[in-house]
Amino acid sequence: MALSDVVTLGQYIPGNSLLHRLDPRTKFLAAITLTILLFFVTKITGYFFFLVILLSVVAASGISLRFLLRGLRPILFLILFTFVVQAFFSQEGNVILQWGFLAIRDAGLWKAFFMSIRLTLLVLVTTLLTLVTSPIDLTDGLDRLFSFLHVLRVPVHEIAMMMTIALRFIPTLLDETDTIVKAQISRGAPLDRGNIFRRLRGFVAVLIPLFVSAFRRADELAQAMEARCYRGGEGRTRMRAMVLHWTDLWAALAALALGLATLSINWLAVP
Amino acid sequence: MRIEAERLTYIYGPGLPWEKRALDDLSLRIEEGEFVGLVGETGSGKSTLVQLLNGILRPTSGRVLLDGVDLTDRRKPVWKARLQVGLVFQFPESQLFAETVAEDIAFGPRNLGLDRQEVSKRVEESLLKVGLEPALFRQRSPFTLSGGEKRLVAIAGILAMCPRVLIVDEVTAGLDPRGKRDILTRIKLLHRNERTTVIMVSHDMDEIASLVERVVVLKGGRICRQGQTTEVFSDEESLAGCGIRLPTIPQILSSLGRAGWRLPVSIFDVQEAARLIAQECHRGAV
Repeated sequence: MALSDVVTLGQYIPGNSLLHRLDPRTKFLAAITLTILLFFVTKITGYFFFLVILLSVVAASGISLRFLLRGLRPILFLILFTFVVQAFFSQEGNVILQWGFLAIRDAGLWKAFFMSIRLTLLVLVTTLLTLVTSPIDLTDGLDRLFSFLHVLRVPVHEIAMMMTIALRFIPTLLDETDTIVKAQISRGAPLDRGNIFRRLRGFVAVLIPLFVSAFRRADELAQAMEARCYRGGEGRTRMRAMVLHWTDLWAALAALALGLATLSINWLAVP
Repeated sequence: MRIEAERLTYIYGPGLPWEKRALDDLSLRIEEGEFVGLVGETGSGKSTLVQLLNGILRPTSGRVLLDGVDLTDRRKPVWKARLQVGLVFQFPESQLFAETVAEDIAFGPRNLGLDRQEVSKRVEESLLKVGLEPALFRQRSPFTLSGGEKRLVAIAGILAMCPRVLIVDEVTAGLDPRGKRDILTRIKLLHRNERTTVIMVSHDMDEIASLVERVVVLKGGRICRQGQTTEVFSDEESLAGCGIRLPTIPQILSSLGRAGWRLPVSIFDVQEAARLIAQECHRGAV
């Protein structure tokens, strides 16, 4: 299995749904609003309502749910860890299970459950954002969104460009790592056998060629950019101008309304 | 060493939106001492096949046998058996990492657990095999070499493992004509002098035609055509069906044939072709 099949970080699935077509700024702001909102939801009804909204948005985007859930795999451990810590070390509520000095309390269990759900939903929202927004669009959007910081002499454009380049090279470098790993295993490198120390030592033979090629690529990219007279963000115009459409306004209003609805349901609900 | 591929299927990213069946129920047998050319359009499965043949990829289904030893067996540690198949990847110079040429070539033999004397003997031998003078190259940094020399060093790194089968994937890509000629000559000598089984993957039909004894043509993960080089390269139509064009000289001979000349098609040597054309010219004149 190739490495790029395992790592879905920043992966984008091209499509033409409403979600895909929205302005990246709208999507980014909506995602931020929803994630902040998540921290104010405290009851199961609220979470349920949020989940229903999220699932309908996913359905509208045409992304397969299975694929979205794959995004959870890397942080599965973190979620489990949070659950265990919350469940065992909470001091509130009545003890329901005692095992030596370890005790599980009912309130702790609820808290653990809520924390895991919150974390899962957080990751799902951000994964959805990157699945329906190409990295270039996303960083372009951030560039525009935070361009007001320019007044404070923050090099917004340069930071956005660095992010674009970094995201652009993740798959390339993963493929390259894959090839080098295979080449060194073919020379008997102990990368897939032996104990952890032997394996780690074998990785020198992977890291050095990888760095060499990354530097070479960086150099070539810098030359290509200079050859096209790139000199930072000052006075730079765009080929694809970002224009807010009416749909963006409706989407933003919808996100806001749904957010408020979630909050009110959360307040009104009993459990 | 005999290699057998039995009903190999390989699927990339099973269950993902970009799932791709790279090999489809492919069986192939290569005997000890053969020189086989593996050709096919981009995406026909050549690179996947060679990675399965040296056990670096595990097939989705099917088996690879090396002299009867199953490389795909999960229960037995087969890494040593696997290393008898030396695979030179595309642009192998990108795997160089050590401070000196000698150190880099020694990487493989050391991983085999050989003692110091044997390792340094193999470094010398493999440098000689690729035609680089050990005294001149041993202590140089691989990063200061020319493109062609880097590639030769990378090949030496594989040869130092003393593989019984050598697989080279697009080994001349991106080299100047002289670098190409050097590498091809070395591979030909290896096959002739050491009776190493060689499998050569290439897009360059001239290269294939001038070297190999048997050609295997892949298309869409299956074998589209195979046979003796002269036989495969004399049938323009069935080759075109596999997405492959004739080598340059047969192309010329075939065009002349369509213009009414009576000439054989599968000639790969310039001198020989010239002689036949001159003969035919003469006959026409008389």
